[in-house]
Amino acid sequence: MNISSEISSTTIPSWHRIRMIEHPVLRYGLMVLTLVYILWSLGTLDISWHRISTGSPRAINMFARMIPPDFSRWALLVKGVLESIQMALAASFFGMLLSIPLGLCGASNIVPKPVYLVARTLIVLSRTFHEIIIAIFFVKIFGFGPLAGVLTLIVASTSFISKMIAEDIENLPPGHLEAIRATGASFPKLLIYCISPRVLPRYLGVSIYRLDANIRHSTVVGIVGAGGIGQVLAATFSRYDYDFSLTILMTIVALVFLGEFFSSWVRGYLR
Amino acid sequence: MTVTEHAKKHPEVWRRFSPRQTLIRYAWYLAIVAVATWSISNLDLPWFYFLDAHIQAMDLVTRMWPPDVSFWETLAAPLLETIHIATLGTIFTFFIAFPVAFLAARNTTFNTVTWFVGRLILVTSRSVNTVVWGLFFVAIFGPGPLAGIWAIAFRSIGFMGKLVAEAIEEIDEGVVEAIEATGASRLQVLWYGILPQVMPVIYGTSVYRWDINIRESTVLGFVGAGGIGILLYSSINQFLWREVSLILLSVFGVVMISEFLSASIRQKIS
Repeated sequence: MNISSEISSTTIPSWHRIRMIEHPVLRYGLMVLTLVYILWSLGTLDISWHRISTGSPRAINMFARMIPPDFSRWALLVKGVLESIQMALAASFFGMLLSIPLGLCGASNIVPKPVYLVARTLIVLSRTFHEIIIAIFFVKIFGFGPLAGVLTLIVASTSFISKMIAEDIENLPPGHLEAIRATGASFPKLLIYCISPRVLPRYLGVSIYRLDANIRHSTVVGIVGAGGIGQVLAATFSRYDYDFSLTILMTIVALVFLGEFFSSWVRGYLR
Repeated sequence: MTVTEHAKKHPEVWRRFSPRQTLIRYAWYLAIVAVATWSISNLDLPWFYFLDAHIQAMDLVTRMWPPDVSFWETLAAPLLETIHIATLGTIFTFFIAFPVAFLAARNTTFNTVTWFVGRLILVTSRSVNTVVWGLFFVAIFGPGPLAGIWAIAFRSIGFMGKLVAEAIEEIDEGVVEAIEATGASRLQVLWYGILPQVMPVIYGTSVYRWDINIRESTVLGFVGAGGIGILLYSSINQFLWREVSLILLSVFGVVMISEFLSASIRQKIS
């Protein structure tokens, strides 16, 4: 009997890297499937390879026209950026206000079922559609300009913050609610003494995060005519005004960076 | 003085905040309201538009109902294209975000300069919205789904890279040390020590980003970058509201399904 081979196969298990998916058939099967998918989907997409091969000189041309960035129209830039920031601030403010009732109504442990369902449907509906789709409708109803943009951002912020509030309230330990209710507290007192102390820190954190997200989104709703720096940016692209586009893009990056910095600073302070 | 008299003279009512805290809180409220007022008054909003807004909205709703079901045949192909754009964009991101995340994580980057470059790539990618990336790539590649795929990929790099970099910074250093002690090279440490620890995060964020990307790719068509957005935009511009409502319904369905899929896959991974 061949002992050495038996030892090597039983007592010394070969070591291998920990795999994400241990089963080899499943692992390689998924890889093959992914590859097949990539090939199939690329085949069905209407991609003109000729157009792409001419893309690189175009890209170089575009970059050449972008540099140096044009800061001569800074007045227009400042106006657009300021409008974006104001849109973001106004939208965050109204979003914070409106999300309180909507968030409360979306928490199944404090409101009756029908109210809960209506609130949740509203939240899901406005979360499913991209801001730009919502913006198009507001532009149709309220005309071009920052009003449509502000309303879009309000809808987006409200659904985002109220979803967080609702989930937070649902995650409250039932004992806390019961303890306050046992003192004979009315619903407003329940809100002030039980729910708000537990939910407030995260509510503020999420709102600040949303302010930062609104600044990012306010730069883009302008593409469909809803005001802000995005409107200026879209115009420069359609006029091949690439050197000013680069200026705007750089400003947006700086603005978002500052917004994120501010947001993380405030959230650190709140914690 | 009896106890009841004392209690009458000094009523001790329990309060959550000290007067100082209350004052600070009201100061914050005031500041927030002031900022909001400043913003709104500077925006110069035409408030009278609200007067007939409900009429306009009702008008839109009556025009949109019922959805034009026969439009379904035209709708199917772009809808599939939207899903392809999101999926291919996410798959490409998967490969690009990987090296960038290693550059942007403090414990795997080479030096301060490469760390800064990694962070800069992530911030730039995240600051520019998918649609703006779309504008950019349409200018390069011309209108079509390829521009959309690149737009999705370029926006997602920042998102995935940031989360993966954070995961890399939080790995168990003991494993890395153990593998280093066997005399493993830098690449081997990466392959055997770091990757297995962050793989679940990488897959999880990819799937999460995929479902966000489905939502994003529905509007890429507005700037010509392929997908259902092109159809939506043209239907809106031709005032074919019954087609619009069918498109919106289909978008709603796709987004809901993708969100559900993404949530169940992520639950399985973690």
